[in-house]
Amino acid sequence: MSERSVYLDHAATSPILPEVIEVVTATMTTLGNPSSLHAAGRQARKLVEESRESVAAALGARPGEVVFTSGGTEADNLAVKGLYWARRAADPRRVRVLASAIEHHAVLDAVQWLGQSQGAEIEWLPVDAHGRLDVDAASAAVRRDPASVALITVMWANNEVGTVQPVRDVVALAAEYGIPVHSDAVQAVGQVPVDFAASGLDTMTISGHKVGGPIGVGALLVRREAELTPVQHGGGQERDVRSGTLDTPSFAGLATAVSTVVNRLDEHAGHLRQLRNALADGVHRAVPDAVRNGHPELSLPSLAHFSFPGCEGDSLLLLLDAAGIHCSTGSACSAGVAQPSHVLLAMGVSPAVARGSLRFSLGRTSTPADVDALLDTIGPAVERARTAGLASGGEPGTRYRE
Amino acid sequence: MRVLAAMSGGVDSAVAAARMVEAGHDVTGVHLALSSNPQSFRSGARGCCTLEDSRDARRAADVLGIPFYIWDLAERFRADVVDDFVAEYAAGRTPNPCLRCNEKIKFAAVLDRALALGFDAVCTGHYARIVDGPGGRELHRAVDPEKDQSYVLGVLTAEQLAHAEFPLGNSPKSAVRDEADRRGLAVARKPDSHDICFIADGDTAGFLRGQLGEAPGEVVDTSGEVLGAHDGTYAFTIGQRKGLRLGRPAPDGKPRYVLDISPVDRRVTVGAREDLAVDEVVGVSPRWPGAALAGVVECAAQFRAHGEAAPAIAEVDGDVVRVRFEAPQEGVAPGQAVVLYDGDRVIGSATIDRTGTPAHAAAPSP
Repeated sequence: MSERSVYLDHAATSPILPEVIEVVTATMTTLGNPSSLHAAGRQARKLVEESRESVAAALGARPGEVVFTSGGTEADNLAVKGLYWARRAADPRRVRVLASAIEHHAVLDAVQWLGQSQGAEIEWLPVDAHGRLDVDAASAAVRRDPASVALITVMWANNEVGTVQPVRDVVALAAEYGIPVHSDAVQAVGQVPVDFAASGLDTMTISGHKVGGPIGVGALLVRREAELTPVQHGGGQERDVRSGTLDTPSFAGLATAVSTVVNRLDEHAGHLRQLRNALADGVHRAVPDAVRNGHPELSLPSLAHFSFPGCEGDSLLLLLDAAGIHCSTGSACSAGVAQPSHVLLAMGVSPAVARGSLRFSLGRTSTPADVDALLDTIGPAVERARTAGLASGGEPGTRYRE
Repeated sequence: MRVLAAMSGGVDSAVAAARMVEAGHDVTGVHLALSSNPQSFRSGARGCCTLEDSRDARRAADVLGIPFYIWDLAERFRADVVDDFVAEYAAGRTPNPCLRCNEKIKFAAVLDRALALGFDAVCTGHYARIVDGPGGRELHRAVDPEKDQSYVLGVLTAEQLAHAEFPLGNSPKSAVRDEADRRGLAVARKPDSHDICFIADGDTAGFLRGQLGEAPGEVVDTSGEVLGAHDGTYAFTIGQRKGLRLGRPAPDGKPRYVLDISPVDRRVTVGAREDLAVDEVVGVSPRWPGAALAGVVECAAQFRAHGEAAPAIAEVDGDVVRVRFEAPQEGVAPGQAVVLYDGDRVIGSATIDRTGTPAHAAAPSP
């Protein structure tokens, strides 16, 4: 096993920022429940509200529009279910949920659940071969019967292939009929400009640990006019839509992380883009038949996603891991077994090729040496993984010919 | 040595991997996902394919400090083991899926992939010993006769054995459990897995009925007299006594046993225990763990995973292995493997094609 550690999986989680550690540590020693009325409570409350204002300022929202959550998954669930229930309660005809086919599982599975158990009619909006939403198809789906649409959900940028989505077009379309739009912006924050008010979205998800903040904290930005039915009931915190004792240190950490990465956006994105381009060019030189997935321009600067025909992604992962290089197949596990990514399948990639795919994602701490380490390793690893694919029954090879 | 440790989530494979780590090898753990639709939790003590098992395997790997992955072999397992199992029963034979899994999955698909990825060997928690003999590696019985699994490994060839490691062969099961405890492995007291891993509820006949549908037929005695009816010949195994559902007892009041299964005319023949006796089996598709045998060989022959080996004479003629038992044997069925031993050492195996007495066990059908 290699002693070296080359971390190319920032899209999974990114290293915590030193200033976040500092603020979280300092805040943890502050006694007080922000909902208490006494002095200790007021002191905690002050920190929570400062955090709220800081997140709002960084993302173009009003402080009252920031609903803190335990992370991106909770925020997505609150948005999708909360909007659906509230919209249907106001008008029982509103049962259609339009969702892009490439949503993160936190949205995808919540939407599916609405379909399976809450009477929702789900329509998956297609994407093109670059993984970008087909706005005409979205438009046709809405116009077929606008009055029956409960909500539309389209992520800001895809977490597997990095393609930035036409959120603005979707919002413009939805606005004609007063349909609310949700967007998961977990991967976008800190990499592309994100302005909540300018976006016209009704709800938007952010997460702490993808931007150097703590794991276990995130927020849903909720437009002041938006109606949400709560998912979690209790003490009525957070506009009564997200009960639970307010987590002062985590919120402070989230606020520090978000404002730090947003302030450094241009510098950060430039650094990432330069490294990412070197990585992508190098992988093409090392493995000429590797297929880069995602949009050539409208893409997150941190991500490079490749299919390596004839390989099993998990063989590659094992070989790279053994060489100290940490990356991801990019897709979620189902029952402990890597499934062909729903994102790639939606883009028209065959299941066999989809299984032989890897996501490399860079971050603040990435260096040219990290990229070089990958480029030294990837060629032989792909060759070996191809042999292994053939050795274990020739299936991947067979699929390659499909 | 770079070793790939197959980790089922049970105590045996966890301790086997631990011993390889302790011996200084570079060990990577792999859990084989064999079911395309795994259950969340094990029911009873069966199987090794639940999500709970894969989590147990992962936790054991974490305790050992080794990398751990899950390999999806569900398609291969379905094709090579489950479909084969169903087809064998449909043809009136009695297959052993564990043996098939070792032959086609663990020491073929997994081993081949491991070697291609740069590993030197695959390690499992099987109870068997590999002994360096004058002619190369030999497969021997485990020291714990209760746990010995050399029978289900009897299909391994010399090439497969060359890259296999069975670190538990010298230990009794109780010692392995104690060792797991000592090593802080939470699976130390997990129950052993039994039966067939892909039939979670243990209802083999029900599973086969689901796969093959109902195919009703007659149960007859050796004279051809109809004694009852059945839903499918696949629910029967030669030597079976229970569940025959015959309306009336035998004239002599003794229990009746399944003697013959004929899926073509959907007929199950039953008779007295003494009619089960078999003097000879004819095996085909032999597998040799070392040099191929030839001619007449004195040996002990075992035809069940948990049976005794019976003294026998094997006569090897190319791909046909004729095994004559010194004393008649019961419960021998086509489809089973006959594994040949020289003392504790496995010297070969073959799949039983037909059984009989020397008088009428003819050459196998082509």
